Amino acid sequence: MPADSTLHKALATPAARNAPQSPAPQPEWRHIHAPDARSATTAHLPPRQGYAELKLFLRNPNAIFGIVVLLAMAICALTAPLLFPRDPLAMVGRPFLWPGQDPAFPLGTDSMGRDVLAGLVHGARISLYVGVAATALGLGVGIVVGALAGYFGGVTDRVLSRLIEIFQTLPSFVLVVVLVAILGPNATTITLSIAIVTWPTVARLTRAEFRSLRQNDFVTAARSLGFGHGHIIFREILPNALPPIIVTSSVMVAGAILMESALSFMGLGDPNVVSWGSMIGGGREMIRTAWYLTALPGLAIVVTVLALNLIGDGLNDALNPRFSEDRL
Amino acid sequence: MAQRKSVPRQIWRIFLHAIPTVLGIVVLNFLLLQLAPGDAADVIAAEAGSATEETMAALRRSMGLDLSVLEQLKTYLLHLAQLDLGHSPRYAMPVLDLIMQRLPGTLILMATALGLAVVLGVALGAVMSSFAGRIPDRLLSVLSLLFYSIPGFWIGLMLILLFSVKLGWLPSGGSGTIGSSLTGWAAVLDNARYMILPAMSLSLFYVAIYARLTRAAMLEIRNQDYVRTARAKGLSPLRITLSHILRNALIPVTTMAGMHFGNMLGGAVVVETVFSWPGLGRLAFEAVMARDFNVLLGILLLSSLVVIVVNGLVDLLQSRLDPRIGAN
Amino acid sequence: MSAVLAVENLSVAFGPARPVERVSFHVNPRETLAIVGESGSGKSLTALSMMGLLPRNARASGQILIRTPRGRVDMLALPERRRRLLRGKQIAMVFQEPMTSLNPVHTIGRQIEETLIAHEDLDRAARRARVRELMNLVRIPDAARRIDDYPHQLSGGMRQRVMIAMAVACRPRILIADEATTALDVTIQAQILQLLDNLRRELDVAVVLITHDLGVVSQWADRVVVMYAGLHVEEATPAQLFADPLHPYSHGLLAASPRNAEGLTYRDAPLAEIPGSIASARAEAGCPFRPRCPAAREVCGAVVPPPVAYRGDRLVACHFPGILTEEARHVAAFA
Repeated sequence: MPADSTLHKALATPAARNAPQSPAPQPEWRHIHAPDARSATTAHLPPRQGYAELKLFLRNPNAIFGIVVLLAMAICALTAPLLFPRDPLAMVGRPFLWPGQDPAFPLGTDSMGRDVLAGLVHGARISLYVGVAATALGLGVGIVVGALAGYFGGVTDRVLSRLIEIFQTLPSFVLVVVLVAILGPNATTITLSIAIVTWPTVARLTRAEFRSLRQNDFVTAARSLGFGHGHIIFREILPNALPPIIVTSSVMVAGAILMESALSFMGLGDPNVVSWGSMIGGGREMIRTAWYLTALPGLAIVVTVLALNLIGDGLNDALNPRFSEDRL
Repeated sequence: MAQRKSVPRQIWRIFLHAIPTVLGIVVLNFLLLQLAPGDAADVIAAEAGSATEETMAALRRSMGLDLSVLEQLKTYLLHLAQLDLGHSPRYAMPVLDLIMQRLPGTLILMATALGLAVVLGVALGAVMSSFAGRIPDRLLSVLSLLFYSIPGFWIGLMLILLFSVKLGWLPSGGSGTIGSSLTGWAAVLDNARYMILPAMSLSLFYVAIYARLTRAAMLEIRNQDYVRTARAKGLSPLRITLSHILRNALIPVTTMAGMHFGNMLGGAVVVETVFSWPGLGRLAFEAVMARDFNVLLGILLLSSLVVIVVNGLVDLLQSRLDPRIGAN
Repeated sequence: MSAVLAVENLSVAFGPARPVERVSFHVNPRETLAIVGESGSGKSLTALSMMGLLPRNARASGQILIRTPRGRVDMLALPERRRRLLRGKQIAMVFQEPMTSLNPVHTIGRQIEETLIAHEDLDRAARRARVRELMNLVRIPDAARRIDDYPHQLSGGMRQRVMIAMAVACRPRILIADEATTALDVTIQAQILQLLDNLRRELDVAVVLITHDLGVVSQWADRVVVMYAGLHVEEATPAQLFADPLHPYSHGLLAASPRNAEGLTYRDAPLAEIPGSIASARAEAGCPFRPRCPAAREVCGAVVPPPVAYRGDRLVACHFPGILTEEARHVAAFA
């Protein structure tokens, strides 16, 4: 029985279990010591805990590393105003200081004398904000569209599938650039644009899950008990469709961060905020002499995205168990 | 049992299926054009220097810009049918000509990058699968995850730093030595030198994807019954790996490669910008800077059409590779 | 040796588990040997050992002697690249699942051809001709057209015929059929078994039938080897086995099957079961069948009975062979 379904809980009451069968006639074999199917009783099964997957996830060293790094970035993002209260775009020192040259600026300064470390720490804010917000939005839209298409089938499915296909055919980053250029670059429009290009993948995935899950007996049973479509979609099927969606969400955040950094690199980022991408864009001209200006923010991006991908891998291993040969 | 459909019939079927998608994309493009600030009259007025209110109004009437949205849609579709994508104010030439000028550059770059990614990815994946679970596999897995986390524009810059600035082996931008009069084979080699770094930057992300996909596919196929049959027949290990394992692993890889074409176009935008490669990507960047929405949306439309064509080609390839597809 | 295949003291181990334990038997030319046992008896692993196809983490000991034109070779002692030359050429195997045992992306003609490419030196035209011949041999209708078909276009019975064609392509001396008909319809089963028997005579090949179905054994086998929990517990002809089962396990198998030597069918009496299973009832010391054996005595728990010759050409591994048959006869006499 799938986990957490209302139906499962309903049937768990003793009244619903079958009455025990009458005992079979004892066979005439002597010297029998082996338990056999009829005489042995079913051993009491321990109640299923939902934490088996969590434990599996936490045993994966890569995933732990990913979580640690991500937490570090999140802390940076949240405490940035405390650690570096001054505007990171303010000129605070001599320009082109190399990392380690001046203890006041551990990672050096850029062409305008701005503190690189402050920029990095503040940059985490926009990256994580856009990453999480865009993913949340994309998940919301994608799950709803996919669930409706997969559950109802027929014309609904054909129309929604066509819509998904249209959005998947449009080259994602090009569309993001167009949308941000039209709507004007700021954190909100960037988040919205990224969500618009990422929802189709979620929708496709959700639709596939729903199509296969809606054939199951527990859905038929729920219908016959009189539950409405809404209840079935959100309380019965969706919890069982979640594992691949959860895995995808971590990868989506990674992708959103990459897209946001590319946008800021091109000059389409929020102009009021420091972003890792804009720092790279700004340092591009000076790559021959002050290459640390491009290297450091890039490393920040790589480390954060890598952490998210490691988490995604860990989630995948924990939620989709495969044979030992396939596991990392 | 049923015969496979002939190629012309398959092409027809793909074409029919694509029509609603194309229509959807065209309508979406039109809507985005409407959303974009400024219209054709502004463009002409800007070129002329300035214009009065009445001139603007008269201009708009003459260009049909005061008509209802539906009427404008019809005009738009009519223009499209005549292959008229509008006029670019910045470059002072028809958008279509401009795009066609830059398209080959992008296609060559993308084809090279995709080819590189598939070859390297499959090779890496094959190695990983033969060491499954052991140290080389784990190391390569983390390495491929690292590739997957690196932004294309940043690795481009870092590659320029290493190979161009520090080592001086490869050029840092452009597509050919300026002012050279090389012809024939020498010209091709010259172009190739300029293409190495951009192609590598573009392909790195996808190497990771194909490596992991190939690894998973080969591990799964290795356990299949038909591989056991091949071993029982006494076939050489090389033949088993190539003709049975890899050949079957190609199916999911080609599916993915087709889906990535649209994605890669987005990557090309930033990579071409970093390397000053004369292609659609850099054109898009320039159009964003100049707020030339005609060009931008023309690129969106055309690149979507290219994606549709490529998807159709991949479909055809799929049915060649897997005889089970396309049979009734 | 006159036998075409001789298995001597074969043991297979996976870590601490020993799914095959000191099994010995031989196969004569042109005969059909049936290996009978339930799931877990080790019969499939024995078959894989004969082909040298055990997984990497398995450790095999003993000898698998195959008589080739160049003398006797021990499959287990050879390096893999030499084993490969024997597979398909001297000894071949047909597997249980025809639906998944063929590669879906290659035509059946090409897959049959592969065996020829690996072992014989023929040019392309000669190979194609041979493939058509083989397809006719296994009675695939319309061979000339079907040669370019893909596996998904064929039914289960047809695919199994293709598998057999692949197996006999190079005229091996031994053909192993591992539950080759279990996944097929009953009528197709009969056809395939008949085909195997015909090929045995036409191509002079010894057939090893691995099965759990006593009906197949009674109809097609010349000799039977009964395996239990990795051990070779009895060997006899089908007639001898059905009339007079010596090992208590064989006795139980026959009592549990719908056919009964006394002419009673399952309608006359309930099917007897052998309670327990191999895995649950594996004894630590002594005879592995002891926990399920109604006639077990002290010695059965202490000493593993080795297979010994009994009443001439029969073999049985029991301290008290024939004890259950005796008891049943006593009971029947006084009933």
